[in-house]
Amino acid sequence: MADFNKEGLGNVLFVAISVCLVCSILVSSAAVMLKPQQQINQELDRKQNILRAAGMLSADSITDSEGRGVEELFERFRVRAVNLQTGEYTDAVDVESYDQAKASRVIAASRNLETAEDIATLGRREHVALVYLLETEQGALDKVVLPVRGYGLWGTLFGYLAIEGDLHTIAGLGFYTHKETPGLGGEVDNPDWKALWPGVSLFDESGAPAVRLVKTRSPEGSAAAAFEVDALSGATMTSRGVENLIRFWTGELGYGPFLNKLQAGA
Amino acid sequence: MQTPKEVLIDPIFNNNPIALQVLGVCSALAVTVNMSTTLVMCAAVTFVTTMSNVLVSAVRNRLPSSIRIIVQMTLIASLVIVVDQILQAVAYDISKSLSVFVGLIITNCIVMGRAEAFAMQNGPWLSALDGFGNALGYSVVLIAVALVREPLGSGTLLGYEILPRVADGGFYYPNGLMLLAPSAFFIIGLFIWAIRSWKPDQVEEPTYQIAPNMQYREAM
Repeated sequence: MADFNKEGLGNVLFVAISVCLVCSILVSSAAVMLKPQQQINQELDRKQNILRAAGMLSADSITDSEGRGVEELFERFRVRAVNLQTGEYTDAVDVESYDQAKASRVIAASRNLETAEDIATLGRREHVALVYLLETEQGALDKVVLPVRGYGLWGTLFGYLAIEGDLHTIAGLGFYTHKETPGLGGEVDNPDWKALWPGVSLFDESGAPAVRLVKTRSPEGSAAAAFEVDALSGATMTSRGVENLIRFWTGELGYGPFLNKLQAGA
Repeated sequence: MQTPKEVLIDPIFNNNPIALQVLGVCSALAVTVNMSTTLVMCAAVTFVTTMSNVLVSAVRNRLPSSIRIIVQMTLIASLVIVVDQILQAVAYDISKSLSVFVGLIITNCIVMGRAEAFAMQNGPWLSALDGFGNALGYSVVLIAVALVREPLGSGTLLGYEILPRVADGGFYYPNGLMLLAPSAFFIIGLFIWAIRSWKPDQVEEPTYQIAPNMQYREAM
């Protein structure tokens, strides 16, 4: 190649374009080929989080004390779709494939939230949401797991809130996706902090959401202490976000109507 | 001219990328809390460094110097994305706990440094050895750090109990500092000290002398 000029414009363009082409093929084929397996993993991870929120699976194992795996344990849940407006069950969506966060971005499937009512900074709220119901062998309601989400400091936290059968006491809370600062807001994943949640009361006498994340707990046994959880040190915005998202999703615009219906029916 | 064996072995202790060149320390602090994430991170870096050296070396005679850095970057970034995708498919939990640090291999100075310093001047086979050797040097330090941090911080190694914790009825009070990033600084510092005591030729000349304190009369 006598006339080959490595620094010439032709060669620069040739190298740039061919590198881009080869790399994009490499990256996109890896992404496409591995997607099915990744989706299986995400689905499994989501189920594990539902089970952990409900206290059916400990934080560091994938089987319960009797050796039952995630899929088997998850079978015990009844998954239903709920119309958040009315609080009634609905069959309008397929619970297997329904994606709440995606639905909240579709105009026809969601409603706009005014700034004043949008305490969890969601922008829009979907009309239909999923609930995971766990029943005792006698058929009584044991636990309800609700998907919750809301804005923390850097992004939206996605998680599950498990409520006891009395529909008043928290059974557990866990987040499966968030963008909070590791070591500060990221401590929402800390098992010690998550262990503070079971037993906290959701609603005050008037039925309004009353959970608070506080710097200093009220004295043990006082009326206020039942609604309080320690906030995360150094993560004011994350703590506020968690408080707001629980209040939003257990409130009138969230699962409030559904929980009331369930309470009345039970 | 180095022999292939030297190219492979030298970066482990004689020219360790972390201990002598002090590159790639960020991920060494972040992922060494437990051994399993450390091993996966080491494997990922080994793959990326070796492959990027081979690819850069393969195109080096065709590569215009005006765009060489961006081409190296593109190749490294593509490899890292592939590794990240594979991890998400086969080791989802570990990939979640490594979070951004797999993606940050792109900015790991070792990968870029070897591509620019070695692979641009040498053939693919030697470059592969060089990349692999440097990744081994990186891995040796990371594994050493994790070997200290996981047992002292959580009483386990690869999840198996080594030092029974007081909370589980044992005798060991876990050292919380070992779970935090600064502890890796101390351990890497001790590691560098150990290597330089063993191989005194790695000790750097002081770049300047610290002057003695001023006498009070001079200040007046």
